[in-house]
Order: sequence, then structure tokens, then C-alpha cells
Amino acid sequence: MRYAIGGRAIFDGLDITARRGRITAFMGPSGTGKTTLLRLITGQVHAERGSVRVFGEEVSTMSSKDLFALRRRMGMLFQNGALLTDEDVYENVAFPLRAHTKLPESLIRQLVLTKLHAVGLRGGARLMAAELSGGMARRVALARAVVMDPDILIYDEPFVGLDPISMGVICRLIKQMNEALGITSIVVSHDVHELATIAHESFLLSQGKVVAAGTPDELNRSTAPEVRQFMGGLADGPVPFHYPAPDYFSQLLEVAP
Amino acid sequence: MSTPGDSLVVAWLRRLGAMTLFLGQILARIIPSFGKPGLIVKQIYNAGARSLVIVMLSGLFVGMVLGLLGFDTLQRFGSEDSLGVLAALGMLKVLGPVLTALLFAGRAGTSLTSEIGLMKSTDQLTAMQMMAVDPLRHVIAPRFIGGIIAMPLLAATFSVVGLYGAQLIGVQQMGVDVGAFWSQTQNAVDLHDANEGIVKSLVFGVACSLIAVYEGFHCEPTPEGVGLATTRTVVTSSVMVLLLNYLLTAAFLTRS
Repeated sequence: MRYAIGGRAIFDGLDITARRGRITAFMGPSGTGKTTLLRLITGQVHAERGSVRVFGEEVSTMSSKDLFALRRRMGMLFQNGALLTDEDVYENVAFPLRAHTKLPESLIRQLVLTKLHAVGLRGGARLMAAELSGGMARRVALARAVVMDPDILIYDEPFVGLDPISMGVICRLIKQMNEALGITSIVVSHDVHELATIAHESFLLSQGKVVAAGTPDELNRSTAPEVRQFMGGLADGPVPFHYPAPDYFSQLLEVAP
Repeated sequence: MSTPGDSLVVAWLRRLGAMTLFLGQILARIIPSFGKPGLIVKQIYNAGARSLVIVMLSGLFVGMVLGLLGFDTLQRFGSEDSLGVLAALGMLKVLGPVLTALLFAGRAGTSLTSEIGLMKSTDQLTAMQMMAVDPLRHVIAPRFIGGIIAMPLLAATFSVVGLYGAQLIGVQQMGVDVGAFWSQTQNAVDLHDANEGIVKSLVFGVACSLIAVYEGFHCEPTPEGVGLATTRTVVTSSVMVLLLNYLLTAAFLTRS
């Protein structure tokens, strides 16, 4: 698959498969296009060449109606939670149910409380989105993402900005959702250690391509320079530390304009 | 929507075209959005009820000024009893719809733009799309309809309060006969005059609401982008209201 913005290729020759019922992780340095990959999978943007298939159906050629039908089978956890700020926790989780079903209020209540209980926030049902910490917001967003019982759950940087406790909670929830509900999970992150504990398979992306794939253990054992730099958190390597610039000393000695 | 090389005229034409297309998209979702009347009622409350105090206060003061200036001018011709007619026609036909629309742009319009812009910058609109919920239907159309319904109600309130403001000054302070004030008003103002005000406020409601939701929906999802979009809402709405007011006034005068 190829995808470019303004002529600049974000992905060129990318070939990835996420298997049903498993947790697949996409890792890579910032700016590699991990979130763009999620946007391609969910049909928010379309590939320039090649194909993106979900449940065996081509996403780029889908009508809006089919795309919305597909998205009903998906849940997505956004980096910042993306909760509706004028609604409380309960209404945020109930939102997809109210939008897509005509369930009686009593049943909506049951479903919402069940999902909130699963993420440990049943007691915070009446808190407003602005009253939640980052970790709590992420958990509410997770409850909202699973309230329609999706077949696929997509997580966009679920660990960013979380303290170790919240990170551990989110990690455990991702694993639980996958194991208990059999949900196919796609996780985009650069938190190597957290992903190693939950992912069945990982893809390391760099410069628009997959530079390594396998289980987290296999990636850890890899000797490829890109993999070593990323897994070891090395400042310099195939991904340069410095943004392209003229010679350092010459620039320092230049007379300021 | 505009590209860097565009001249000012081309940029405005592009924007006008984009806004027209956006209006078409909203209109296609108007009927489905009535399926959730609660959303529309909430927006009528937000745009209408929350603007009520500022509209009533402004109406009162404008009416009082109209009473003072009207009395001063009319008494030179010995026709101060016609103050009610002057105030009623001025309020119904021009001041009510125009000033309400300008207040609406500053109060409700900016609120709509910044709310939608913030929803965009915090991924709430994308999250809705990902939940297979159309933001145009769920967020934009109810706000658009709410604005259109609220505007004539606010303009009517403005005109009524303004007329009482003129009466307060003319009758209570300047000594115009109360019977003459109201009876002349009743005789001189007919349904045609009221229609002009209603049509104007409906048109201004469409323009102001469209501009507000368009700017919010298309803003750059950054703090600066939301701020700029909010400013554009006020500026564009104000200019558009004054332009449309001229065109509609001319059209009504030609018809009568």
C-alpha cells in the first residue's frame, strides 16, 4: 500500500496483516505515520495505491453508508480519550447506544453500568469529562469503545501521559478485552515495554515501511540497527538525532543578520 | 479553503462556494435531525434563552434612545404623537432584526464557533465519525436549526421591549399622550411591516448560524485556529447582516 500527503510518501510498499482475535502492535518513532495507519484502517483517509481490507472488504471503495456500517463493528480509543466534554461519564458511554439503537432506558443503564464497572468507574458515572484525570478519561473512552461490542478495537497511543498505575490498568484492560471478548485489537504505541506484555505480534515501522515484525521477544533479539535503536531507546542511529542542518560551527560563526 | 496565491476576491468567492456546499450538506440532514428533537431544543435554549437578557437589555436601551431622538425630531413638526409609529416601524423593520442579528453573532455565533472548533481540536468530531455517528447530523444541523428558530423569537422580543423603551421615554418622560402613542401605532403598523421583520430575522438567522457552524467546523484545530475562526464569525456575520439588510429593505420597498 502507498499513501502520500502533498507528494511526500508516508507509506510506500507497506504490507501488514493483523490477525483476528489477536493483539497486534504497531510501533515506531514519532512521525512514522502510526496514527495515519489507523486513519487508513478506519477509512478516514484512503490509500493512493494498493488496498486496505477490513473483514475482507476494501475500505477505500466503500460508500459512506458501508463505511459507517463497518465502523459500527469497530471501537477506537483516542490518544486524548476524545470524550464529549458537555456530557458526563454515563452519557459519554451511552452515546453510541442512543445513536444507533432504540433500547429502553433500563437496558441502556444496565449496559453502561456493566461497561463502567469493567473499567472500574461505575462510581464516577456522574462525573463530567473535565473532572477526570488522564487515566480515568482513557478508561471511560475504553468503556465507550466497547459498549457496542465491537469486533475490532483500535487503540491510538493508549499509554501516552499516564502514570505507571494508570498505564498498568490500561494494559490489563486491553488484555482482558481481548481475552474475555475475543476482540481483535490493534495498538499503536511507542511504549515498547508495555506492548511487550500484551501484544501477540508487533510491527516496527520506520520511514514508511515495516523494518521488523514478530513477537516482542523476537524484536528484542533482533540485531537490525533500526530495531536496536528503537528498542534500546538510543538517541542516534538510522533515525538521526539532529534534524538536517548546516555545519554547526560554521553556523555559530556566521554574523547574525 | 483558500490557497496562498489567491487574491482577496478569489479567496472570498472560494469561501462563499464552500459555504454554499456546506449549506447543502446541512440541508440534506435537516429532516433526519428532527428525529432527535431534544438536540434541537437544547440548541434553541443555548442560542435563544441564553441570549435573552442581553437582547432585552439592548432592546430597552435602543428603544429609549429612539424615544428621545424621535421625540426631539417629531416635535419640530408638531407630530410627537407619531412617536409610537416611528418606534414601532423602526424596531419591527430594521432595528429589531439587525441589532438582534449583530448581538446574536457576538453572543451565540462566537459560542457556536468556539464550541464546534474545540470539539474538532479535541477529536470529538472524529470520535463521532468513528462511532458511525455523522457530526453534521448530530452536531451541526441541530445548532443550525436552533439558531434559525431562536433568531425571530429574539428579534420579536427585542422589538417589543424596544417599543416599551420608547414608550417609557416618550410617554412617561416627555409627556406624549399614551392613547395617541398606542392608537397611532395600531393604525399605522400592519402585517406587512411585521412580515418584513420576520423575513429579515429568518434570513439573518440562516446567515449567522451558517457562518458560525461553518467557521467552527472548518477551523484549524489549534488554539489560534479556533480564535481566528471565532473572530471571522463575528466579522463575516456582521458584514453579511448589514449587506442582507440593505438588499431585503430594497426588495420590500420595491414590492410595496
